[in-house]
This record gives sequence, structure tokens and C-alpha cells, in this order.
Amino acid sequence: MSAVEVEPVEDFRLRARAWLRENMPPVPTDGADRGGTGRRDVERVLQRTLFDGGFAGICFPAEYGGLGLTVEHQRAFTEESMPYDMPYSLNVPTLGILAATLVDFGTHEQKLRHLPAILKGEELWVQFLSEPSGGSDLAGCLTRADRDGDVFIMNGSKIWSSGAAESDYAMCLARTNWDVPKHRGLTMFIVKIHQPGIQVEQIRQVDGSMEFCQEFFDDVPIPVADVIGEVDDGWTVATRLLVHERNAVGGGSPYTSGRSHGHESTSEDDSVAQLVREAGRTADPHVRQLVAEAHIRQLVGGHLMRRVTQGVALGRMLPPAGSLLKLYSATAVMRRYEIGLELAGTDGVTWPADADTTARRLGELSLWRQGLSLGGGSNEIQRNIISERLLGMPREFAADRDVPYRDVRRGAPAKG
Amino acid sequence: MELDLTDDQAFFQETTRKFLAAECPITTVRALEHEPAGFSADYWRQGAELGWTSMLVAVPDGGGSLSGHGLLDLVLVAEEMGRAVAPGPLVPVSVVASTLSRSGTAEQRSEILPGLLTGERVAAWATGAVRATARGGDGFTLSGEAAPVEAGAQASHLLVSAESSDGPVQLLVPVDTPGVTCTPRGGLDLVRRFAEARFDEVTLPASAVVGSVGGAAEDIERQLQIAVVLQCAETCGAIDHIFEMTLEYLSDRYSFGRPLASYQALKHRVADDKMWLEACHGTATAAAKAVAAQASNAGELVSAAKAWIGPHATELIQDAVQLHGGIGVTWEHDLHLYLRRATVNRATYGTPEEHAERVATRILGAAS
Repeated sequence: MSAVEVEPVEDFRLRARAWLRENMPPVPTDGADRGGTGRRDVERVLQRTLFDGGFAGICFPAEYGGLGLTVEHQRAFTEESMPYDMPYSLNVPTLGILAATLVDFGTHEQKLRHLPAILKGEELWVQFLSEPSGGSDLAGCLTRADRDGDVFIMNGSKIWSSGAAESDYAMCLARTNWDVPKHRGLTMFIVKIHQPGIQVEQIRQVDGSMEFCQEFFDDVPIPVADVIGEVDDGWTVATRLLVHERNAVGGGSPYTSGRSHGHESTSEDDSVAQLVREAGRTADPHVRQLVAEAHIRQLVGGHLMRRVTQGVALGRMLPPAGSLLKLYSATAVMRRYEIGLELAGTDGVTWPADADTTARRLGELSLWRQGLSLGGGSNEIQRNIISERLLGMPREFAADRDVPYRDVRRGAPAKG
Repeated sequence: MELDLTDDQAFFQETTRKFLAAECPITTVRALEHEPAGFSADYWRQGAELGWTSMLVAVPDGGGSLSGHGLLDLVLVAEEMGRAVAPGPLVPVSVVASTLSRSGTAEQRSEILPGLLTGERVAAWATGAVRATARGGDGFTLSGEAAPVEAGAQASHLLVSAESSDGPVQLLVPVDTPGVTCTPRGGLDLVRRFAEARFDEVTLPASAVVGSVGGAAEDIERQLQIAVVLQCAETCGAIDHIFEMTLEYLSDRYSFGRPLASYQALKHRVADDKMWLEACHGTATAAAKAVAAQASNAGELVSAAKAWIGPHATELIQDAVQLHGGIGVTWEHDLHLYLRRATVNRATYGTPEEHAERVATRILGAAS
């Protein structure tokens, strides 16, 4: 599409506003948008509604079912969509991370096969990256894929994949060459999750939810046509995937639709204020400082997001700046959940049987405080990326550099 | 700093940076420590010639901006002043000039603005516990005190925010009016001067009123917003410089045969500092844009910026002191000049806690 034909952002905004009012339901007031059983099916339908209305995949290429518009269009749509229920969980990881990586590295056939289906809500994707043997050292992966004619045979295990049990496809990193140093012997595959040879087990988390999964592969045949990028060059694909992940989790992805993960906490802000009102503590100066701090941390996160997104788009910042967003989101959540716990007080740790109180929810949330600081690259990994790749400080020593992977020492898997 | 500058803005920024490097290097800043004004009159006149004092003044009054949003141009000056810890009454002169241009009478504008625009004259903003009592239909009597008043002892006129029986009122007061005293105060910054102003039964004519009697709240709020935006921009410039300096130092210094920059314990702190730095810039820019556009949430964004930047900027510089080692706590090293500036900026024109309270008021309503 030439520049002349692009719909002006403000026209698009007005059209989106009118369409949203007619077609999308309001944000659920019972917190149902936060996940839970059946939520993904609701979101598949919401995504289909967006697609049929001509508002899905705003920044995705038009030839694969998207609109081919700009980040300004996407931002305008997101602003207009705030009062409405949106398929938030499709943003991360399906749209913002995996579909984005497919745009960058998929073949024409792969994109034709999957991108329209993703934009219609028919395919949910997850990433199969981490393994039980180690989370942060992604390139140290042990899952193997051995070439056998037109297929690779996959064996091994992946872990911490969010929502795999309810999803359809995965991008899976596996070792295809053991005779070269670790980064050079990896390949990225498209894997259909529910098929013979793949067993998916759900992992129960501290807050009782069952979001994370572990998968076991037993002689799973993967067609050569499902290799993303080049054989043995999967690290290039994985690196880009991680950039998309940091942007998406930090709220700076152009491929998401509506409020994105990590910024879905306006309601938490409200619940803190509500809690303070109910407890009659609105005049307490200390309480007022905490409420303001929680709110300011969130506001600043939005400002940082805009700055980094703009900086990268203008070429004023290197792409690893996305790690600033991830680190900010994660550390802001740590502090904001801590504030929630402090304001909830005793009511956050014990409550009348079966009562569903705001204080209880804040207490339970605090158990999950470190979740965002671990998932999607831990804070420590983000700090390495910022210092090394954004600021050019010396790299950490790595004992496995330039060593054929079969000769690298390995430790024991994590145990509960 | 705004990342997407127009060509004019980029040129203006570069000109200001070169001017400060040539006319006010840090040796000059240090040499001004014992000068009563903290800046030389000639330096301020040259800055005014570059446009420092005209950005918030309307064109008919002799002012004018580069981008049409004078405040967004002026924050570039404030950032450069922060980067160089330069002296000069940028905040008080900007506050008074913009208010006179907006709400002053023709007489006030023609009497005061030309001198402010050329840099020949300095004016200051006095806000505190000042009472204005009407004198039977002909002017006011001012009583009370205001402190700290930035550049109060260097100013020819004070814009005084006072309370009257009809509500807030502002008056333009020549400092040589009988009953007005401006006494210099001490302070952390080597070159930024504050005074305390006293008003003992100061008699003023009705022509001294700026804006309407009882209706000054909007002007006063805007003055606070402009002051805080400039102050935040200046602090951002200061921490920009400190961050770059510290990163370079860590690469140059070796311990145990390795550059300090290779230690993960230090790399991770630098990563956090970088995150704070960019968050400070992002939030300062958002506040500046909101005030420039007179957005309805400008007050909230300004206070959020101040509450965030105040403590994070000083923490970043204190961490830079730690990363520098012993040299960081010496008089000889320049770090303390920046720490002084950021610490003073943190606690003037409202503390972070006072600004957080303004944000809390928006969320929870007033405390009482």
C-alpha cells in the first residue's frame, strides 16, 4: 500500500470507536478477564470478532490477513479499546511474540498457513524454550531433533510454557548438531502441540492456577517444512523471538491488540483505592503516600514504554532497550504488590471463610510477586542484556563458549 | 529529553550546549561559589540573547518560540543547564515572564518584560504565607513571609502569590518598595541562590495586581507546573551527564586486573541506573508535553514526574558516587556539584512527598 492510500490515524480512530461500541462487550467487572478456565475460548471468539470487523492484526502484513497499518494506528485502536473486553491473552505470547517472529522468519507458505488462522483466533501459540535442566541458559537446550529423511525426530522435554494445554502450536528450539558450540547447533521448529508422542502436563503454581505446563516429546516426527529459518541457525530466530517477548511483555509491541499483558493492572490500582476507602483510611498520610506511589509507578511505566518504543523506532536506541521495559514492569510489580500487601494488612492473610475480599486478593497476589521477574527472562538476565548489549559493558565469562556442545558440563534439573 | 526534535530545536540545543561549554565550564561554576549572585550578569545577558528568556513570552510582547510550544523548547535549555550544572535564574525568570505575558497589564508588560527578555533584569516568584489586605478600594497591604525565593536577592521585582479575603491574588512588587526585605539564605547548591522575602505592611497600588483579585489560582498552578517541568528537565540533564561519566569511568578503571565494568555486581547496578534514567526522561517529557498542551491531566503528570524524578535522580547520583569509590566524596571531583543540584531540585517547588500527596488527592480526594 502506498503512503497516499493509508487511512489517516484520526479517521481510523473514529471508525474504530464506532465499531467497538457496536461490536465488543464491556470489560468484565468480575475480574474474569484475568484468566481462568474457559477464558481462552472466550478470547478466541473475541479475536474472530475483531477479524471479521476488519480490526485484527493492525500492524501485520495485509497479504497474511493483517491491516498493514502503522504503530500510530495500533496505538489509537488500543486507546479506543480500553473500555471493552479484548483478547488480551492472545497478545502474549501468540500475537506479540510468536506471530511476530513468524512475520520475521517464516517462509511464505508458513505465513499463509498460520498468520490468517492466528488472526482469526483459530490458532493459539506458545513457546517451547526453557528446559528442566536450566531456565536462563536457553541456548544450553538438550531437547534433540535428529534428521531422518523428510522429518526430524524430536525427543526431550520443555517447561514453563504458559497455557500450552489450551493452545495449538508451539515454536520449539531443539538441538540438531552436537558437534559445534551451543549456539550454532540449534534449530527452531513449528510443532503441533496435540499429537501422538507429545504429553502435556500442567504445573500448579503458588496462587493455585495451572497456567504453566511441561511437555515430553517421545519420537515426535516434525516435517522439514516446519523448520523456521535455517537448520542449525535457530539461535538467530530465538534471539529475535526474545526481543519480541521483551517488547510484548513490557507493553511495547506493535503486534498486540488492546491493553497488553503487564499493563493490565489499572483495576488493581482501583482495588487498592477501594480497599483504602472501605477501611476508612483515606486521611492517613502514610496510606495516601503508598496509594500515590503505586499509581505513579504505573504511570511512569507507560511513559518509559512510549520513550523506548519511540527510541527504537527512530533508531536512537538499540533494540535490546526492550529489556528496560521488561525490567521496569517486573520490578514495578514487585513494589506494587508489596504496597497492596501492606495496605491489606491482616485482612490480606486471613479472612472470613470463603469470603472473596479485595484484601484477600491482594494477599494472594503477593505470593505471585516474583512471577513477572522470572518469566520471559529473569531480572538478572535483563540486567545482563542491558549492561552488555545496550551499554556495551564486557560480557560475562562463559565456560561453554567455543566448545562442542557434547563436551560441555551439565548439572542436575531443578526439583520441587 | 524528547527524542524526536525538530531541526530548529536540535540546532538550538546544540547552540546552547556549545555556549555553556565555552562560557560556563565547570571551573567557572566552581569559581562562582562565593559570588553573591551565583552567576555573572554578562553570562545571563548572552543566554537571553540565545532565547532563554523569550520562549514563554508571546510574540507581541517581544517573545517567541521555535516549535510553537515554547515550554518544549525551553526544557532543552534546562536540560543543558543540568548537564553543565550551569547557574542562572531560569526558573524564576521563566515563571514571572510567562505569567506577565499571560495575565499582566499592558503597563506591567511594557515596564518589566523588556528587561527580562534582554537579561538586564531578573524577577523572582515569592510564594509562602503572605496576606494581602484590601485598602479601601485602592490597592493592598502585604504582610508575611515567603521562603525560599529563588534569585530573590538578585531580582528587581517579586511576583508575590498571596491570600486575600476574596481568594488568591498575585501582585508585582518592586523590591525597593518600603517594607520589603530580601535576605539571602544558605543552601546546598554552589551557585543557585535562594532568599527569604519579608513583607512588613507593604503598601501597593491596585495597579500592582497581576490577573484578577481572587482568581489567581489558575496562574499559580500553571507557575508551579512550569517550575517543576523546568526543574525536572534540568535534573534529567544532570543525571544524563552523570550516567555517561560513570559508565566511562567503570570502563577505564581496573581492579584485580579487570575493568570495573566487567563485574556483574556493578553491571547490574548500572542496568538499574539506566532504567531509572530512561524512566526519568520519559516521565519528564510526558509532563512537559502535558503542560505545553495545557492538558487536563497536566497537574497530575507534573506531580508524578516530580515524585518519581526527585528521589530516583538523587539515588542514581549517590550510586554513581559509590561506583566511583573514594574520589566520589572529594571536593575535587565534580560529582558533588551534580548531587547538590539534583538534591536541591528534589526539595524545592514541592517535595516528592508533597507532589505524591497531590496525586493521592486526585485518586482518593482531599485528606480532610
